[in-house]
Amino acid sequence: MVLCVVEHENGEVEDSSFEMLTLARDVASQLDTSMEAVVFGDGGDAIAADLGAYGVDTLHVVEHADLDGYAPAAWATSVSQVASHTDAETVIAPGTDRGHEVLAHAAAREGLSMAANCLEVTTGDAYEVTRQRWGGTLLEYARLSGETKLLTVAKNEISAEPGGDSAESAVESFEPSLSESDLSVRLDRVEESDEEGIPLGEARVVVGGGRGVGSAEDFDKLEALAEELDAAVGASRAAVNEGWRSHDSQIGQTGAKISPHLYIPCGISGAVQHMVGCKGTEHTLAINTDPEAAIVGHADYAVIADLHEVVPELTEVLQNRP
Amino acid sequence: MNVLACLKRVPETGAKIVLTDDKQEIDTSNLGFTMSPHEECAVEEAVQIVESEGGHATALTLGPPEATEQVRTAVAMQANDGVLLETEGEEWKPENTAGAIVDFVEQRESEGEEFDLLLFGNESADTSNYQVGVRVATELGLPCVTGIKDISIEGESVVAKREIPGGSEVYELPLPAVVTVKEGLNEPRYASMRARMQARRQEVETHTPERRTESGLEKIRLEAPEDDEGEAEILGEGPEAVPEIIRVLEDELEVI
Ligand SMILES: Cc1cc2nc3c(=O)[nH]c(=O)nc-3n(C[C@H](O)[C@H](O)[C@H](O)COP(=O)(O)OP(=O)(O)OC[C@H]3O[C@@H](n4cnc5c(N)ncnc54)[C@H](O)[C@@H]3O)c2cc1C
Ligand SMILES: Nc1ncnc2c1ncn2[C@@H]1O[C@H](COP(=O)(O)O)[C@@H](O)[C@H]1O
Repeated sequence: MVLCVVEHENGEVEDSSFEMLTLARDVASQLDTSMEAVVFGDGGDAIAADLGAYGVDTLHVVEHADLDGYAPAAWATSVSQVASHTDAETVIAPGTDRGHEVLAHAAAREGLSMAANCLEVTTGDAYEVTRQRWGGTLLEYARLSGETKLLTVAKNEISAEPGGDSAESAVESFEPSLSESDLSVRLDRVEESDEEGIPLGEARVVVGGGRGVGSAEDFDKLEALAEELDAAVGASRAAVNEGWRSHDSQIGQTGAKISPHLYIPCGISGAVQHMVGCKGTEHTLAINTDPEAAIVGHADYAVIADLHEVVPELTEVLQNRP
Repeated sequence: MNVLACLKRVPETGAKIVLTDDKQEIDTSNLGFTMSPHEECAVEEAVQIVESEGGHATALTLGPPEATEQVRTAVAMQANDGVLLETEGEEWKPENTAGAIVDFVEQRESEGEEFDLLLFGNESADTSNYQVGVRVATELGLPCVTGIKDISIEGESVVAKREIPGGSEVYELPLPAVVTVKEGLNEPRYASMRARMQARRQEVETHTPERRTESGLEKIRLEAPEDDEGEAEILGEGPEAVPEIIRVLEDELEVI
């Protein structure tokens, strides 16, 4: 049986969990076995129909008097207990903060190996997995063995597709046995941020600035252009390291992932660690002085120019349009 | 407060990743090396905590002798001392790395030095396994939280925040604890030339750890994802390109 750790927010299943379920279904069908799921928190039963549509037969809703919020080690212990109770041969979680955290705890507790950010799985005595390294700039083919196979599924890589017999999953409640140490780390509270403006990850147009921008003040030129295009402003790690922008605006392996309709990188060379953050971009219009820059190769359109000249000029023309 | 920051030496890849012929490694013959970005923040945080709370910041890496370079960078960033768990350069699996770090921590403990806070990156830049910190915490029986972008020490606990869309989750852990962090936690300092010179003279404590287990995850080979490189349409050179940019924005991209 393939056991899936599903994340949901008050009964609404996260997209990353649907992607994970799609890969899990492939694994289950290779093994010619069933899929079950484990969920936490209120609203767990409300997702039975959604999960049924993805091929999940049984949904184990974890319930415990001391478990009212997220608690990484307690979730991991619960997942392991459901896995052993149901004789799961594979446990799969989405490649999210919580998915990685919970599965890493489960792996450590059970003395098992774990493969993070998988894209493909071929089952067998050992599983052959394709997984992301370097934040997705490299792929690794690896062999995963162990009594129970633990893996997470890379986010935004697999298109979620329902399948299976689409009957509603049967719901069963599961009460884990938790120790004090399982519960020593719990989500205490959630703080809302007062950030304004369009979040980078959601912007339809993003203007990016790199080392070529030259200074914090020169980013004003990009801000002005962004205003005309209802765009968010992002940056390369080089610009952030220079102190010109805060890390919130960094795009790439160790920054935000963007998926705009249009990305306009200005003075950015196009290093792999930057490009991996722009995978979801539909169109790229690069502004760079160097026609040989890697970013030009990745772009649909390029302007070979000093951004300090072309960006203000472009902004002005946009401002004066009727 | 005694704080341990665990960091890894990784190649500084640029516009394109080139693999060795056997596809087992990145071809580093033309590359420099650096510390993983998350871990740079772990080192900075360790130093800042010690600056405000007093105590000792230790930077540790497991890697080949050359990895002393990254330990010295941490020392130049004002970590008080550096430790190398020396390997022959082959890739260690997360279980084994965690085991060697646990052995080191326990050895220090037996010598009467306990770490109050152990900092890791959320994931290493190269292998991205997302687990060494959690495995160390589990073996040492310490509370642990991952993916943290804000840390404060409050008495006998550490308050740690994880970013979520629209805000952050707040966790409070009793010390000693393990916290894994992400870039953006702080702004790592640039080590001055003088600090770098001094760090070069610092002794790096070296141990040769035993590999404990063979892990169940075995690398077969690496592959670079397919390049989407095509031909960009050059819209022009210099500011004269503006009318053409406007046309494309309006007619082809429909953003104005
Ligand atoms: C583990 C790891 C993780 C990383 N994570 C990230 C990440 O998340 N995000 C990220 O961005 N980077 C990341 N990096 C860094 C990355 O490798 C590059 O160093 C960085 O992206 C380079 O930034 P840049 O393009 O702004 O600077 P450069 O590479 O210096 O490029 C500057 C570009 O500006 C052009 N230019 C200069 N002047 C002008 C001008 N006046 N007008 C127009 N163009 C001009 C130049 O031709 C050049 O192409 C990471 C690196 C490592 C090792
Ligand atoms: N070789 C190593 N030496 C020291 N610390 C390491 C090493 N490998 C991993 N780590 C630490 O463990 C974290 C998670 O690594 P990983 O589980 O490989 O993603 C890294 O960010 C480092 O802080």
